[in-house]
Amino acid sequence: MSSSPFASLLEIAAGLVIVCAVVTLWRRSLSAIVKTLAVQGVALGAVALILGLHQHDGVLVGVACLIIAAKGAVIPTLLARVLARDPRSRESTPLVNVPASLVGAGALTVLAYSATRPVVALVATTAGQLIPLGLATMLIGFFSMIVRRKAISQIVGLLLVDNGIALVAFLATAGVPLLVELGASLDVLLVVVVLRVLAAQLWSRFGVFDLDQLRELRD
Amino acid sequence: MNSVESVCVAGLVAIVQIGAVLVGGPLLLGVMRKVRSRLEGRRGAPIHQPLLDLRKLITKQRLRPFEASWVFGFGPVILVATVAAVAAISPLATTRPPLGQSSDFFAIIFVLLLGSVFLALGALDTGTPFGGMGSSRAMTVGALAEPALLVAILAMSIPAHTSNLPALVRIGLAHPVVIASPARLLALGSFLVVILAESGRLPVDNPSTHLELTMIHEAMVLEYAGPDLGLTMLGESMRLVLLLGLLVNLLVPWGVADRPGALAFVIGLVALVGKVLLAGVAIAVFEVFSAKLRLFRLPELLAGGFILAVLGAVTAVVSR
Repeated sequence: MSSSPFASLLEIAAGLVIVCAVVTLWRRSLSAIVKTLAVQGVALGAVALILGLHQHDGVLVGVACLIIAAKGAVIPTLLARVLARDPRSRESTPLVNVPASLVGAGALTVLAYSATRPVVALVATTAGQLIPLGLATMLIGFFSMIVRRKAISQIVGLLLVDNGIALVAFLATAGVPLLVELGASLDVLLVVVVLRVLAAQLWSRFGVFDLDQLRELRD
Repeated sequence: MNSVESVCVAGLVAIVQIGAVLVGGPLLLGVMRKVRSRLEGRRGAPIHQPLLDLRKLITKQRLRPFEASWVFGFGPVILVATVAAVAAISPLATTRPPLGQSSDFFAIIFVLLLGSVFLALGALDTGTPFGGMGSSRAMTVGALAEPALLVAILAMSIPAHTSNLPALVRIGLAHPVVIASPARLLALGSFLVVILAESGRLPVDNPSTHLELTMIHEAMVLEYAGPDLGLTMLGESMRLVLLLGLLVNLLVPWGVADRPGALAFVIGLVALVGKVLLAGVAIAVFEVFSAKLRLFRLPELLAGGFILAVLGAVTAVVSR
């Protein structure tokens, strides 16, 4: 049981990250999924912000602002611009249906908790106890990339994995150095831009975002 | 305080709580319909319209299908009786209700389910296709909502080390941090989804339609008329107000009477009415902007509720 407002706020922000990950599996409308991703980015930034303010770490607060800007605004805007061509597009036929993938997400969360048990036992702080949430977010991201077919959903899955890794990094080490964080963020941004171009190409060639349309490689 | 006096006080508390739920149920329904029609640009019926409907139905002649057995007449009675019994011992206006030590959350939910089951049996009893269809749909929704609810209660009970409902409310009152914990919040979110499903509100069932292809609850009570129909309506609205009352007391317990005394109890009652009213208006506003889900999409919604509860329970186990 948490005892201080700091721990409680941290728990809520980290909880919001994983709830957003689950909601991306729950919703079908791609624009709603992208919005959820933006909320998750803000929640992730909030985790860093709370940690930074609690430890009086100016760099961490800066990183938090950077994350909120990049993952809460820039990346979702980029994705939303791809979606603007087809605003009503939906993840209509995932390989695993929605109730089953939700139950799968629950199982992955339990798996993450049982797998990180030794780590949690090692770190006694509230932040340390929340590490499983980051791992669960990561696993749900992998799961989303496996079962979803649209290009946008795959990007979202990748971003979930990245958010999960970032969450673990913040909670375990109280923030990575600014340079590393910058590098990781730029890397992800670049990947999103590339995938965005790919999705736009898919759209102009086939009129769908469905990756199953890519049967073979041609020049 | 001698024992006779305490028994009298406990009885009074129970009667007031039952009375509040009895009158509050139909009135909340009226308020929700009023909000809805105002937002849709209609004037809407007066708020006490459901009470007038009830009076009309109760004074009508008792009319039952020729083939109906005793189960048919039992359904509405058991529905109202179970809700009233639970209302008496629940922490609605005070955290020390009569027989409070026996108002376990799991037990309360199963007592409430008894009413739903008997209503479904009553609908099956006459052997009409609509009744059977409504029953099977209602039981499907119930079977999907039940696991979510049980895991949600588990998630709330683990940090508190008890599933006793008054104790859960008292702990929330004493340690606000417990309410702000993700376990409690996720569990309450799941509880809200279950309430909407069980009481046939909008994303699950449209309470204002009689279109046979889509309806769940209305199909179940199609054969009822007169006083039986009145009792069914009353029981359903009482259950909604009771579940909302429990939800708001678990989410924002402030105002609920934690000390003995008439003044604290009255304040608790007023606070309860205000909180439930707010929750009801919020649900009504939400209903204006949402459409009914297809029946085959319902498992998605309820699986979502279930997963919220599972996340809550897992978080509770780890951060214990």
